[in-house]
Amino acid sequence: MRNRLSKTIQEIPPSGIRKYFDLASTMENVISLGVGEPDFVTPWSIREASISTMERGYTTYTSNSGLPELRYEIGKYLAESFQVHYDDKKEMIITVGASEAIDIALRAILDPGDEVLIIEPCYVSYEPTVKLAGGVPVSVTTDMSTKFKITADILREKITSKSKAIIFCYPNNPTGATMSKEDWLPIIDLIKEHDLLVLSDEIYGELSYDQHHFSAASLPGMKDRTILISGFSKAFAMTGWRIGYACGPEDIIQAMLKIHQYTMLCAPIMGQWAAVEALRNGQKAKDDMVASYRQRRNYVSKMFNQIGLECLVPEGAFYAFPSITATGLTSDQFAEQLIKEAQVAVVPGHVFGIGGEGHIRCSYATSMENLEKAIERMGKFVEQYK
Amino acid sequence: MKKEKVIEMLTLLEQNGRHSYDKLAMMLDLPEEEVKQTIAELEKDKVILRYPTLIDWDKIQGNDLVTAMIDVKVTPQRDVGFDEIAERIYRFPEVKSVYLMSGAYDLSVTIEGKTIKEVAFFVSQKLSTLDTVVSTATHFILKTYKHDGVVFNPRDDDRRMVVTP
Ligand SMILES: Cc1ncc(COP(=O)(O)O)c(C=O)c1O
Repeated sequence: MRNRLSKTIQEIPPSGIRKYFDLASTMENVISLGVGEPDFVTPWSIREASISTMERGYTTYTSNSGLPELRYEIGKYLAESFQVHYDDKKEMIITVGASEAIDIALRAILDPGDEVLIIEPCYVSYEPTVKLAGGVPVSVTTDMSTKFKITADILREKITSKSKAIIFCYPNNPTGATMSKEDWLPIIDLIKEHDLLVLSDEIYGELSYDQHHFSAASLPGMKDRTILISGFSKAFAMTGWRIGYACGPEDIIQAMLKIHQYTMLCAPIMGQWAAVEALRNGQKAKDDMVASYRQRRNYVSKMFNQIGLECLVPEGAFYAFPSITATGLTSDQFAEQLIKEAQVAVVPGHVFGIGGEGHIRCSYATSMENLEKAIERMGKFVEQYK
Repeated sequence: MKKEKVIEMLTLLEQNGRHSYDKLAMMLDLPEEEVKQTIAELEKDKVILRYPTLIDWDKIQGNDLVTAMIDVKVTPQRDVGFDEIAERIYRFPEVKSVYLMSGAYDLSVTIEGKTIKEVAFFVSQKLSTLDTVVSTATHFILKTYKHDGVVFNPRDDDRRMVVTP
């Protein structure tokens, strides 16, 4: 029989996380630090607002680019919070999560063979979505020595005449790294010099613990080459609602809209109304969640260092990314043995790119009680390798 | 300690009075000694009054209690206003709380007793008979759903998948 699957899809390896999901699902008494979503449920006022719109019969399609009310609120919010200004009629599209926004942005800009620089370690979807869009992913590896920030030197090395775009995420999943205005300046120069398009995944922007999030799109000359991608999953604990958005130059957003209208039609209306409520009245709930993540961040980063796993203080998102090199294990060995011997689930760093090897990602979006227990178990586990 | 940190620490303690000094210090990113000292001062200044435990007594058989909330109208007195009558009321050990209220009545009083009869006796014999008390309206609590921000029978388990990207 002919091969039923396309070459493209055959070349994409299965997810490295699957194995840990399967392991953790079959074991009892597992504490999971492997969850990439908030441990809060969506604040009640947001849930309640959505229920009430459903009761009133808002169960239809919306316009392809999303509810005008939601686009208006997002425009206002981005301008007030991050000093980036978008025309909510032409430069914005509501998507099914940031996930869809990443996908259609890449499909809108890539021709076969175009190279996309991916700043790693990073979220697992970038590389496959680049490949699915016909592009060629090029890893740009950051490490602990630069606190997982991009530097001009490492970036310059990977730029070629085929480089079309760069994709990054700050605050970062899995490292928790952030970029300040000063960090961006030399990078921005390079980006402009080589005429790169930018996909800036800012989904963790609100979860910045020391400094207010700085959007690269707000720097002079950047707005016209940047697709800002974000969503409601993380800041408002709304992962299941599937609402994200992309903002950027009109030509690119309109091209994305073309793909979106034929493949997705629109994002779910219930989620869109929930998102409207989140932006109108969800600030206090969000701030409370951020304060709680910050406390846990402080706690876990200190504790990892205490038990002998060197760990930077993550400046954003809800992950700690301690080094495990002191144990002599690979990240896969560490994660597998840890779950089998100590019943703690973490995600090995290598699944987030080659540069993630030597680290494990520990989500602290879980209760303090779980964190204390997990770290105690990990401390004992690490002890045997000293 | 900075004021914001004091507030953050008090909020943490309000949720869980059993946090140890070293854990609080780590969560707040402060030296342990400073946390210890500040808590001691807050205790001394009666900002922190007690570290109580929230108990769902309905789940404990044989220790049934009835609680009533009583709206009390009083005649305020010259110079002392409501303070003196409030004190006369809160000195009774049966009284769990006393608040001065705006609106239709003056004091909101919570009473706890073993039986309805016991509470009724207190209201008719002790409370209503106070000179400045004009009227009372007693409401018995039938069931506690949420108290001090805590839901008594929560149904929000962790519904997340165990490992996600
Ligand atoms: C960096 C990053 N980008 C995007 C997403 C996907 O978000 P959404 O739920 O909006 O699709 C995630 C989710 O884990 C993420 O970590």
